[in-house]
Amino acid sequence: MSARTLAEKILLAHCRNERPATDEAATIRPGDLIEVAVDLVLANDITAPIAIREFCELGGDRVFDPEAVVLIADHFTPNKDIASAEQAAILRRFAREQKLLHHYDVGQAGIEHVLLHELGLVVPGAVIVGADSHTCTAGALGAFATGMGSTDVAVAMATGEVWMRVPETIRVDLDGAPARWIGGKDLILATIGQLGVHGATYCALEFGGSAIEHLSLDARFTMSNMAIEAGGKAGLFPADEAALAYVGERTDRDVEAWSADEGATHARTVRIDVSAIEPLVALPHLPENVRAVREVDATPIDQAVIGSCTNGRLEDLRVAAEILRGQQVHPDVRCIVIPGSPQVQRDAIREGLVEVFLDAGAAFSTPTCGPCLGGHMGVLASGERAVSTTNRNFRGRMGSLDSEVVLAGPAVAAASAVAGRLAHPEEVVA
Amino acid sequence: MNGRIWVYGDHVDTDAIIPARYLLTSEPTELARHCMEGLDASFADAVRPGDMIVAGENFGCGSSREHAPIAIRAAGVACVVARSFARIFYRNAINIGLPIIACPDAVETATAGQEWEVDLGSGRIRNRTLGMEFPFEPFPPFMSALLDAGGLTAFTRSRIASGELPRRRLGE
Repeated sequence: MSARTLAEKILLAHCRNERPATDEAATIRPGDLIEVAVDLVLANDITAPIAIREFCELGGDRVFDPEAVVLIADHFTPNKDIASAEQAAILRRFAREQKLLHHYDVGQAGIEHVLLHELGLVVPGAVIVGADSHTCTAGALGAFATGMGSTDVAVAMATGEVWMRVPETIRVDLDGAPARWIGGKDLILATIGQLGVHGATYCALEFGGSAIEHLSLDARFTMSNMAIEAGGKAGLFPADEAALAYVGERTDRDVEAWSADEGATHARTVRIDVSAIEPLVALPHLPENVRAVREVDATPIDQAVIGSCTNGRLEDLRVAAEILRGQQVHPDVRCIVIPGSPQVQRDAIREGLVEVFLDAGAAFSTPTCGPCLGGHMGVLASGERAVSTTNRNFRGRMGSLDSEVVLAGPAVAAASAVAGRLAHPEEVVA
Repeated sequence: MNGRIWVYGDHVDTDAIIPARYLLTSEPTELARHCMEGLDASFADAVRPGDMIVAGENFGCGSSREHAPIAIRAAGVACVVARSFARIFYRNAINIGLPIIACPDAVETATAGQEWEVDLGSGRIRNRTLGMEFPFEPFPPFMSALLDAGGLTAFTRSRIASGELPRRRLGE
């Protein structure tokens, strides 16, 4: 049997095209267009309205499985205006009509790519498609999860299938132990810095190497999340013991370990010496503009955002609190901390992190995508600059076309909030 | 198809094609009114039906918002030619029946306002202003079928109507 990457193994197990079961030569190969059975379909308050419209156009009455279609209102929620409220209402009506088991609205809703794994809906070996580019986050648990558009998701909701091109796989080998203040964000920014923003287009990233056993699940979610920022279709980690334990605590379903075969073929291998990585930032206006924060000239900031599907998990908030404890946010900076889910919010309250944020002069909100895409809760004026733990620093992403976003992990974002300019954590914490 | 071209650079992201603040509707004509606003505020008013967009590498990167190709199509753009496309945008465009073509050689010759002719059937782009012609790789049969059907929704609707889909699920 030929050795396969994790992406190939999962897609082969879900391939619906007719092929001779015994003919090894008929296996799937990178570049093949195949039809794939999906285990979970996801959409949000921006993308679901189009998906629902197309679903109705398809002429199907019912979704293929009311337990497998997940709608999460997270982008413009709690709704910022009448138009966004109308969009969320479309999800609500559809969920009711279709008797969807998983519709999450204000109070239960978190950012979809935080909520999904937290609820135990992500299992290793699954195929997950979502009408949101950061659906790849779920790859951290060994699922093949990928972002698509609304029409793809409509078809998946109706038929339980989508068309896919089998991706080539780029292996990302991470070796060495991270220094203090280095998190998943720094590792993925280092990876994107090497690959470039389209270095992984049409490809799956598979993370491996001796460093990954030291990585928390939260760090892995951050890394898989930004696979798309290198153009990647998916960002996969092997489902190791830590992943199985995480999933096992959250679902009654049987979970299996999934990993690539030894000797699988990769389109390319990227090697990252984790021990050499310093706290990083990505300067405007592309995520590939990666620099060590120490090497960047003093750069004043107006706003610091700590949250999002990239860095809105408990570990991220703990890191931010470690830096903000006993400190004050710089008088010229607004610091906005946004938990990724109600559970993260609850844990942050229980651990006293919220008090730390409020004492430091930061704002703490309910879960939402909010400012990441310039939606609400922290939109930038012209001439302003934010340091943000989000995933995109495209021109105008967070507001005015004349504003700037610098991407960083929570340690650098919190340190910068205190310093009033881009700062290394050691500049504000002993 | 024949049209005047609009030329943009590398990494035109979907926030530039349609900024998130306009994602409060999925109405194509409304989205068209803000098409390319994050990059070129003059585009939406000046674009004419049949015009084409020509761009560099990685066109359509970033967010999966289908509003981006919807806005481009509703603005009257006949097709997009680029050096390369981001994956999700590529799917979305094909799925909604907006032809998009990767043809770096043709892009090399582009300057704003040229007249181009694109023949999807024969796989040729003609830069009429310069009198140059470029072949491009034809779509694989599956994607041609999607485009011929008018997009993924129409394609799938006929498969559902014929009883081909939905198939029984794995394990059933």
